Amino acid sequence: MKKKFLLEGLDCANCAAKIEEAIKGIDGVKEATVNFMTTKLVIHGEDEMMPTIIASAKKMVKKIESDITMKMA
Amino acid sequence: MTKGLWRIIIGSILLAVAILFSSNDWLQLALFIISFIVVGGDVIKRAVKNIFNGQVFDENFLMSIATIGAFLIGEYPEGVAVMLFYQIGELFQSYAVGKSRKSIASLMDIRPDYANVKKGDELVRTDPDEVQIGDIIIIKPGEKIPLDCKIIEGNSMIDTSALTGESMPREVEVGSDILSGCININGVIAAEVTKEFEESTVNKILDLVENASSKKSNSEQFITKFARYYTPVVVVIAVLLAVIPPLVIGGATFSDWLYRALAFLVVSCPCALVISIPLSFFGGIGGASRRGILIKGSNYLEALAKTEIVVFDKTGTLTKGVFNVQEIHPVGISKDELLELTAYVESYSNHPVSLSLKQAYGKEIDNGRISDVEEIPGHGVIATLNGKKVMAGNIKLMKMMDISYFKGELIGTVVHAAVNNQYIGNIVIADEIKPDSAQAIKELKAANIKQTVMLTGDNKDVGLKVAEELGLDKVYAELLPADKVDKLEELLLQKTIKGKLAFVGDGINDAPVLARADIGIAMGGLGSDAAIEAADIVIMTDEPSKIATAIKISKKTLRIANQNIIFAIGIKLIVLILSAFGKTTMWAAIFADVGVTIIAVLNAFRALNVMKL
Repeated sequence: MKKKFLLEGLDCANCAAKIEEAIKGIDGVKEATVNFMTTKLVIHGEDEMMPTIIASAKKMVKKIESDITMKMA
Repeated sequence: MTKGLWRIIIGSILLAVAILFSSNDWLQLALFIISFIVVGGDVIKRAVKNIFNGQVFDENFLMSIATIGAFLIGEYPEGVAVMLFYQIGELFQSYAVGKSRKSIASLMDIRPDYANVKKGDELVRTDPDEVQIGDIIIIKPGEKIPLDCKIIEGNSMIDTSALTGESMPREVEVGSDILSGCININGVIAAEVTKEFEESTVNKILDLVENASSKKSNSEQFITKFARYYTPVVVVIAVLLAVIPPLVIGGATFSDWLYRALAFLVVSCPCALVISIPLSFFGGIGGASRRGILIKGSNYLEALAKTEIVVFDKTGTLTKGVFNVQEIHPVGISKDELLELTAYVESYSNHPVSLSLKQAYGKEIDNGRISDVEEIPGHGVIATLNGKKVMAGNIKLMKMMDISYFKGELIGTVVHAAVNNQYIGNIVIADEIKPDSAQAIKELKAANIKQTVMLTGDNKDVGLKVAEELGLDKVYAELLPADKVDKLEELLLQKTIKGKLAFVGDGINDAPVLARADIGIAMGGLGSDAAIEAADIVIMTDEPSKIATAIKISKKTLRIANQNIIFAIGIKLIVLILSAFGKTTMWAAIFADVGVTIIAVLNAFRALNVMKL
């Protein structure tokens, strides 16, 4: 399943790269991309694990850069 | 934004005052500290917060250490000023990023906001996502076409430039299929929705462009790897620089070496690279879409610049793919009978030749009259019609069936026909070369493409004639679909190791070749899902000259990306070396950090401009 999110307050490109790396490492995530220019995050993960993936992704984003909030696109 | 600006103004005033107050040491120090807190308070706050979150080497932390360090060794004005310039740089950077984001957003501004759905006598403004197939929508002049639909009432001119880069408006009338993302210019039209928003052209294009950044180019991968090691390495060297020389070198002071180490920390962020390289590619891809060229990934944009061989399919790519029956040569029956028999036999095929036969025949095909249809790829069709075995196809079919056929010279695609193994004549069909095909080949040669090759299933005479007219280097004719893959394999061996081979087809019948080539380019993707699926690059219009345009965009993008890599790494390296030897100040370090980022972003911004190449 693919889900799209907006990363509000994404201002530094390096953070975007870090977030992408971190989310790729979450259990059940097949692919994750952060587009710095459109501030969009796309997570492609196992269907049944999606709720936990989203929860840990949100935590991960806050941890990496507390100014960024992850919202449903 | 304004908050940041005020902070900078107040901070600099305080700094200026502090510098003037040289008479009272304590008051001066207090003023320096206050201005430092005003300017860099938020950076320090974020740094502390992030440390608790386990983010050690982040930009805020490094800047905090560098500036606080400057304070500790008594360089107060420098500590404040470095933070000040860092903040000014950040402000500029966020302005530049904001501006690029805006122009990208305007590039993507083809997404329709609403659809006027007809419910009884009323028009209801609806989110395009909620419109169903079969709904009737009204599109007024000046509005975007929200979903792919078919006109049922009214006629108008539509502007397709957002999809194709083509500025000539297109005339549409009842029965025309119109694509979402185009703009209705003058008439009011009522149309029946044929695709849901998800599947509509505009959504597919947006998805494609947005997701293109997930397929990363080599330069982007290099930068990601570089960034991963760069910061820790620089920080470690900084620590060593602060600690070891004062212990080892006689007369070296700790504060001098600490100052050098602090400059290292300021330069240690890889931001300029991390931001500007993907931005260049994104800009190139976005700009290309403006010209009607959809590129599915940064890797393909990068590969395009290294193209050495361009292989074309003939029909539908270099030629219009619109065949017209030119001559009918019956043997023993009338012209009309010959045309009718061949049109019937070929009626099950979607090949352009078959379509032109049906068109020339002009009457409805009665499917009940035909049975046992067998298509032999690369040869023709055999079917039973009114109890007779009728076959229509090329010379190979006639040879295979051992039928003696007309052997004189005929230029064009020749369909030979036979009934019960008795030759009944032939029909000559010819295709027209696209107006810009010759130009396309010329431009490719000017762009240093080493070989242009044409593959065709058509006969040798036609193939050679077209190749000669267009100035192609090589032509391989009379190929079966499987032969095309073999020929492509052969051609793949002729390029250099780094070089790439691009195959250009119309996406119909050449999916295996598109997939096998380094870069598969499909032409005329407007409205053809198959082409959009199969290819790496889709040209929305029917113009082969867009391939040269795409290669130019690719070269420009790559040039910009390389400039940024060399510039950013170069400046950082120079400043690092100079600071290690104590030959520079923190000011240079600040420039190497934010200054370089801003210049790199502005440079990357140029990739968006693809109108002048």
